[in-house]
Amino acid sequence: MITEFAKRFAIATLIILGGVSLVVAQTESHGEGDHTHDSHDSHDSHDAGHNSLDDGEHGDFVAKDFIIPHIADANEIHFFGDHHNGFSLPLPMIFYVEGKGFDLFMSSEFHGSHETLTATGPNTGTVYIKHPDTGITSKGGESFYDISITKSVFGMMFIMTLLVIMLRSMAKSYSKRPGQAPKGLTNVLEPLVLFVRNDIAVPIIGKHKADKFLPFLLTTFFFIVASNLLGLIPFIGGFNITGTIGVTVVLAFAVFFISTVNGNKAYWGHLFWPPGVPNLVKLLVVPIEVFGMFLKPTVLMIRLTANMTAGHIIILSFVSLVFIFNQNYGEVAGYGMGVFSTLFMIFMYFLELLVAFLQAYVFTLLAAIYFADATQEAHH
Amino acid sequence: MELLTILFEITTGHGLAALGAGVAAIGAGIGVGLIGKAALESMARQPESSDDLRANMILAAALVEGVALFGIIICLLVVLG
Repeated sequence: MITEFAKRFAIATLIILGGVSLVVAQTESHGEGDHTHDSHDSHDSHDAGHNSLDDGEHGDFVAKDFIIPHIADANEIHFFGDHHNGFSLPLPMIFYVEGKGFDLFMSSEFHGSHETLTATGPNTGTVYIKHPDTGITSKGGESFYDISITKSVFGMMFIMTLLVIMLRSMAKSYSKRPGQAPKGLTNVLEPLVLFVRNDIAVPIIGKHKADKFLPFLLTTFFFIVASNLLGLIPFIGGFNITGTIGVTVVLAFAVFFISTVNGNKAYWGHLFWPPGVPNLVKLLVVPIEVFGMFLKPTVLMIRLTANMTAGHIIILSFVSLVFIFNQNYGEVAGYGMGVFSTLFMIFMYFLELLVAFLQAYVFTLLAAIYFADATQEAHH
Repeated sequence: MELLTILFEITTGHGLAALGAGVAAIGAGIGVGLIGKAALESMARQPESSDDLRANMILAAALVEGVALFGIIICLLVVLG
């Protein structure tokens, strides 16, 4: 029954995704065709598709220019099409100009020619210029703080709301139905909570101290899982929250802060005056240990960012392959690549589902190890 | 001649970054392969400790992968920077 359903589901997904990718490839290649005329001068050194090996520039379709905007943070949630005839959801822009005050307007206010877009702040009158290469600058050169609600911030707010509602309703259901079997959403969340507690926190930190760190570990675990999974839902703007370095910096800093604040005598002792090490060797060991203290959260940060970004890049590369083949080897090759790419994308999606949970697990596990390190018992 | 052109392209363009990504992948591949081998052998010897081993295997693989990702990030910086 279940396998029958799974089979039908897989076939249906394959057909739908294959169809969609072909249609997208088709329309996109037309769009790129129009694009050729106004940007042909910039490509004067490359006659169209003469060589597949020129710095990754394949004719007119440049995979880099296609992939990077998709994984980078943005000021709007982009659904489909390009910015002339596509559809995207504008997000609020918030700027603080020193001495002048705040500006608040929607990102749809940005108007202008092909690449350079301008908007005037309603409060301060500052003219903001948005360019894909330089980012957002002001016309008069005034410095300002950009605290806009970007795509990632919006995604995080969405996830936080979702998690608060879900986890609170779960917590409530335990007091409402004491001693009974869990129902509904609780069935999904309870194993995850128990997994974090029984497989990560308790064995690593120890039974007595685990409760102190459990709220943080659970929060990070659920936040990372939810944002990874949100990034995997296609056609809703391609959120890349945990692939944004700013997000993981804060997560890693929280881990660093908690382990530093909770560091006990044994932890600092091992760091600055390792017992049982000859004095001369201490000269070598102590700097390494101190350096390692800062390196640990840095690696934590890079691992999560790079893993999630890499997953997005791989999937987008398969999409790019369709355009590249369409352009360099003709339409038939494009169609063929569409089928091939779709199959590989489905495979990558399943792999990314695994990675979404694995990275949350690894982050939580390493955070737990650092906390356990900071609160270790003296062994002597 | 073709080969020479390709080699020239590689050494002058961003091809070196691509080679770097490949080397990073080799390193990670060897590392994760060794971890998987060791874990499987240990699990075969002591099936009752599988759960413990699995957690540590994933941890070690994540550490190896982290180093490889450093390499990938640097390659990306070269290409995009």
